[in-house]
Amino acid sequence: MEKQNRRDFFKTAAVLGTTITGLSTSTTKAEAKNILSEDRMGVLVDTTTCIGCRNCEWACKKAHGLPSEPFEKFSDRSVFKNMRRPDTKALTVVNEYDNPQNSAIPINVKVQCMHCDHPACVSACIVGAFSKNENGAVTWNTKKCIGCRYCMVACPFQVPAFEFDKAINPEIRKCDFCFERTKTGKLPACVEICPVEALTYGPRTDLIKIARERIKRNPENYVNHIYGEYEVGGTSWLYIASEEFQKLAFPKLGDKPAPGVSESIQHGIFAYFVPPASLYALLGGLMWITKNRKDPGEAE
Amino acid sequence: MINSYMKPAPVSKKFITPGVIVLIILAINGLSFLFARLVFGIGAVTNLNNQYPWGIWIGIDVAAGVALAAGGFTTAALGHVMHRSHYHDIVRPALLTALLGYTFVALSVSVDIGRWYYIWHPLIMWNGTSALFEVGICVMIYMSVLYIEFLPVITERFINHVHLKGIFSVLNKRIEKLLLLLDRGLSKVMFVFIILGVVLSTLHQSSLGTLMIIAGPKMHPLWQTPILPLLFLLSAISVGFPMVIFESLLASRSFGQKPEMEVLSNLGTMAAPILGVYLAFKIGDMFVRETFVYLTEFNTASVMFVIEVLFGVIIPLRMFLSKDVRKSPLWLFIASSLVIFGVLLNRINNFVTAYTPPYSFGSYFPSIGEISVTIGFASLLILLYRVIVLNFPVISLPDKNYSPHTKFAIKGSDQ
Repeated sequence: MEKQNRRDFFKTAAVLGTTITGLSTSTTKAEAKNILSEDRMGVLVDTTTCIGCRNCEWACKKAHGLPSEPFEKFSDRSVFKNMRRPDTKALTVVNEYDNPQNSAIPINVKVQCMHCDHPACVSACIVGAFSKNENGAVTWNTKKCIGCRYCMVACPFQVPAFEFDKAINPEIRKCDFCFERTKTGKLPACVEICPVEALTYGPRTDLIKIARERIKRNPENYVNHIYGEYEVGGTSWLYIASEEFQKLAFPKLGDKPAPGVSESIQHGIFAYFVPPASLYALLGGLMWITKNRKDPGEAE
Repeated sequence: MINSYMKPAPVSKKFITPGVIVLIILAINGLSFLFARLVFGIGAVTNLNNQYPWGIWIGIDVAAGVALAAGGFTTAALGHVMHRSHYHDIVRPALLTALLGYTFVALSVSVDIGRWYYIWHPLIMWNGTSALFEVGICVMIYMSVLYIEFLPVITERFINHVHLKGIFSVLNKRIEKLLLLLDRGLSKVMFVFIILGVVLSTLHQSSLGTLMIIAGPKMHPLWQTPILPLLFLLSAISVGFPMVIFESLLASRSFGQKPEMEVLSNLGTMAAPILGVYLAFKIGDMFVRETFVYLTEFNTASVMFVIEVLFGVIIPLRMFLSKDVRKSPLWLFIASSLVIFGVLLNRINNFVTAYTPPYSFGSYFPSIGEISVTIGFASLLILLYRVIVLNFPVISLPDKNYSPHTKFAIKGSDQ
């Protein structure tokens, strides 16, 4: 400690400075594949048309190779007694809510990943295992994931599910917008099977126009709100309904993207490594000054 | 100098005591649950589920662990950066605590993540927007820095003490030379690592606070605030000295020495203003965001918040301001324990209590397995600390070569 002189000090400090600058340029270029395309696709869910047949649940399990009961079992409506959430064995579920306007026709709501335009999971993931793809799908990469579950903490819709029962290679499971199917020109499995066309697949901008048109044409059937148009900065999946969305267990969320605050803090602290490097220089200076002015009885 | 005749040396005490046996049992209990987690998965041992993805392994073992290891960088800043050399006696024990603390933080992270064998992924798979990535990288680098900072303790222990037997005896001279070389080289560049350690600490202590910001409305408004990184940094700095006081008093009691009250009460004096700044930001933030309305409700969140701020910050702050408290080992110990309790509770609150998922089917309380692993790791840490201070020059002891009655007879004359 005591032996190093001023020249050594600056030499070593300079080497360190260069290393840090070198690091910073490579960090900023590390991830470039997250795309928010103008033509991204989406699905419009019209909860006033949904009949709660749960065919989509079955089709989803088939499309993703998940264990499934036979098709006939899905017409069982007793499952609606309790609210269900998507999990590792069911990437989408349908829930049922009372309809205050007409108790004979309950409201059914299909739940799955909303495929946010500015996804919290993509921003949060420690290894960048999530990506927002050009077609709007938010997908997960098993080759990167370390199973830290920060995506689950971050997701405002509480969607990603984790295989807690597996000791080796547990997976994060969530709706992947049928990424493999849509690549080959097929519809998402749930959209394809829906017998009442409650789900409409198409470019997100068109879907918003369709949703507006439907609300305008039948204002008595809908609340004037497209859920997902602005929530957390917009989502690929959009909902219209006859009831306030909070009564259908949708979380009340602001218009700002979920990762906004945390990303601006991150970028503030690590702005091209300037703040940490300045702190380093400051402490170095302080160390150098106090060294020359050390107290008389120095023990070393 | 106050303690010029004090020198770091291995403590000569027996390893086994009744307390040590209890710790060994607790450690074995924890390790057996850990084994179950590795064989049967996280779900088999913990109460975690899709509603509550993080529990006390993150809240206590990782978040509180990192905060309580802050004594390492605060004393390094005081002793080495500011060159307040009469604090040198406490730098090594604090460094050892930080080193062991971070080692167990890293272990706890590996236990908590689902794919522990991919713990190295963040090193090559980068995501600059992720607060967790920043924490992970900083902790990894800082841990290496801590090990480098600790190396002189090891070279000091073995220089002139390399006595390999049999055919290895030819290596004795060479190893000795290597150690000397390492020691000299280290002393030349050590300042780089000491500053780096302080910078890295401020970075990840604050980034740890950024972690929960992305949870947004899932976190109770009493804790969810954009200044969380600042609060985390301030509380980490404020717990640094109390943690050193706490350990130093415990160690001197356990090893039958006189506590170094002069140094410790000075540290206590410095703890008060730091706690004050932390409290000011914490209360100020509460008024700016008008979250005090939640204190009128009576529920777990409001009760935990009041306990955290009252017993963890306000009362110890008042205690550290009193001269009588700073002079008494017992009261100093109590005040320090309260600060430690406050920061521990703050981290639990931020990561566990405050987390309210939009869809939950019950609440989270840690399982026996989770608690066992947490306690087991803590016990293992204390045992390792004991092993190391019994064998390496960490704790400063009166130097036998000097008698206080001869060379340094007039203690304090050169102050």
